[in-house]
Amino acid sequence: MAVATRTPSENTLVKKTTHTSTFARVSRYVVVRLLVLFATVVIGIYLTILIANMGGYVDQIMKSEIRDRVTQSLGLNPAIKQMDPAVRKTLIEETIAKEEERLGLDIPIAIRNFRYLSNALTLQLGRAINMTSDSGSKQVRLILLERLPPTLLLMGISQLFLFFSSILLALNLSRRYGNFWDRAVVALSPTSAVPPWFYGIFLILIFAALLKILPFGGMVDSPPPSNPFDYSMSLLKHLTLPVISLVLSSFFLSIYNYRTFFLIYSSEDYVEMAKAKGLPSRDVERRYILRPTLPNIITNFALLIISLWTGATITETVFLWPGLGRTLYQAIGLYDIPIIVGSTIIYAYLLAMTVFLLDFIYALVDPRVKVGGR
Amino acid sequence: MNSLKSSFRSLLYYPSAVLGILVVFLLVFTAVYAMIKIPYNEAIRLWRGGEEFWYQNPKFAPPSWINFFSSKKYAESFAVRTSDGSMVKEVTPGKEGTSTMEASYTFDFMSDYYPQDMILYLTSRYEEKQPFISAEWLTPDGRKLRIANLALSQKQTYRFSQDAKLKTKLRTDDILPALFSDPETGDLIKGQYQLLITGATFEAESDINIEFVFHGQVFGLAGTDHARRDLVLPLLWGAPVALAFGLIASLGTSVLTMIIAALGTWYGGWVDELIQRITEINLVLPFLSILIMIGTFYSRSIWVILGATILLSIFTGAIKGYRSIFVQVKESMYIEAARAYGASSPRIVFLYLIPRMIPLLIPGLVSAVPAFVFLEASLAVLGLGDPVLPTWGKIIENANSNGALYRGYYYWILEPATLLMITGLGFAMLGFALDRIFNPKLRDV
Repeated sequence: MAVATRTPSENTLVKKTTHTSTFARVSRYVVVRLLVLFATVVIGIYLTILIANMGGYVDQIMKSEIRDRVTQSLGLNPAIKQMDPAVRKTLIEETIAKEEERLGLDIPIAIRNFRYLSNALTLQLGRAINMTSDSGSKQVRLILLERLPPTLLLMGISQLFLFFSSILLALNLSRRYGNFWDRAVVALSPTSAVPPWFYGIFLILIFAALLKILPFGGMVDSPPPSNPFDYSMSLLKHLTLPVISLVLSSFFLSIYNYRTFFLIYSSEDYVEMAKAKGLPSRDVERRYILRPTLPNIITNFALLIISLWTGATITETVFLWPGLGRTLYQAIGLYDIPIIVGSTIIYAYLLAMTVFLLDFIYALVDPRVKVGGR
Repeated sequence: MNSLKSSFRSLLYYPSAVLGILVVFLLVFTAVYAMIKIPYNEAIRLWRGGEEFWYQNPKFAPPSWINFFSSKKYAESFAVRTSDGSMVKEVTPGKEGTSTMEASYTFDFMSDYYPQDMILYLTSRYEEKQPFISAEWLTPDGRKLRIANLALSQKQTYRFSQDAKLKTKLRTDDILPALFSDPETGDLIKGQYQLLITGATFEAESDINIEFVFHGQVFGLAGTDHARRDLVLPLLWGAPVALAFGLIASLGTSVLTMIIAALGTWYGGWVDELIQRITEINLVLPFLSILIMIGTFYSRSIWVILGATILLSIFTGAIKGYRSIFVQVKESMYIEAARAYGASSPRIVFLYLIPRMIPLLIPGLVSAVPAFVFLEASLAVLGLGDPVLPTWGKIIENANSNGALYRGYYYWILEPATLLMITGLGFAMLGFALDRIFNPKLRDV
């Protein structure tokens, strides 16, 4: 996922300008990079729209939405209500035709896709077709915002725990490389070939079906307890299994990867040198091992933060967790293209922003890296 | 090539690799066996077939080996028929084309639970006069019960549990417990039971065939699902499907990724630039959502999904990894030499650059298999599995949508899940060991 690497052509482009000031170099780099990233997002979203749209699904759905809306709004008008049915029908048909023309549904689909694209890019997420939020709104923005907290809770707890615990444990293991725990982690790392939902099924079987101590799924008991303490206890109970399965499925591989990574860095000469100088191992770790690996760790952290947005579709589905991932899956099942496109565009923007910012963060943490140059 | 061979030989020093190889061999063996034993078309016909194929099996029956783990024994299901001799039938010709027939089946009933049901499927041939049968039930304690007298039509089904006359006669609503227990105490009696059917036909060409189906609690090696299907079929056939999907996806992805990375590095310039841009765009695309959309909107065929998976998996981070190594290899002496003697670009790419990468390709290829095997299962669990093929993921999906975990049919989920897990772990262990052998940076670590 090393998105942030520079291409050779960009490097040569920058080399020519090494004589100019830092400001000119950075601003030039920023402009080029932003343009490239924006183009990437545009093409990515356009492709998503094409896939979600082919076969005219979006068309049919939009047309039926217009028909619904027009019939409803005209039906509410008392003046029109009293009209002759035939006259009323032609009036409705005319309004629908006008409305379709206004939204450009008479324009060929290839051109119209650009309209969806520009709406998505300007974050006009529009209205969902079939889904509604629990508060009854059809605004895509509101639906996504409503499902965001459960996903943030689930993914946040599991991913942050995974990230910090695996780095700490990996540091520990790399110090005591070759001992029992180290070999145990190496031996257990293939367990990460199994996805989280799969562990989820086993956990449900053991803790919900057999032992009956934890719930099968969902987010809180039904009806939700009114007392805040009971509510959070119930939430905690429902969180346990999904969090464990998310953690379990990446735990050992994550430790293994960091450990191997640290070990490779700790065999560098300057680490040997520092050890020979008699620096305490804590200092060696912090200054000579962690410091040069910081860019990679930060990249992983940034990608982790983005992954919070996507949620874990299948795990959420297996645990009936009302998060974004499951919403996306439901949206696809209901042909709700606005939600699919809305979720994708936000992910794309987040990713582009992270990739852009990472370049600057690299320059901050690693003195060898200069923004837009080497 | 020799070094490649010795690298593979050093695999044997890793116990996890040996285990992995064993698992892969077993899987290949199972896959080949499945395809020979049950040909593709037959497998699909059976998997898609309804009651007409599977009426002999009980619903939701666990596999019979659970009796090993339980002190109380469950009744095993079976079916016998006169047409293939598993049920003995004797015909004695009488006068003027009439004949009498006697069929019986004796079996040991050693279970601690009453069976679910017993059913007779009766087929007969006649012109005008219907044949006639009467069924009797002989218990271990020597009682003889008259079950039913029936005039047969061409095709007839007699369910013991549904017979209203028998219910009144036995003064109970639950016929099967009554048949298998002592009328005085109501205790279950174990021992030898016999079903005796005597019949009479009244025409020369007339004939009776009987099939006796006994629905216990357990069935066969793998149990049955909600549609009475024997789970052995999808469990066996899941192996070739999983292997094919995992291996083709993994091979296609890694080989194509490597070729594209090699071409990009060799030709450089706009080709390289284009590949980099496509990779970044691909990172923006929501992989799983696109697969779900393809499954929902277009086609759930496993081959379409496979193609889409490969296409979406080519331009990922791996291409950058290959690229950075190709950049180094490109500068090495032997490439220089090849260039000097005038080798063409395609020749250099395919015969000089790419073979150098094979040691790196193999571990990645093997390690990627589980991800694709589980991807297929994941899509199946979301209800987007191939509509015709029996796969492990499909079993889990069926089980899940029938509430197997809530209703206690654990075998239904555990069997495919265990197979998936073994497959995934086998390939992963092999991949890890290969990675350590072929990746010099990791060898000492």
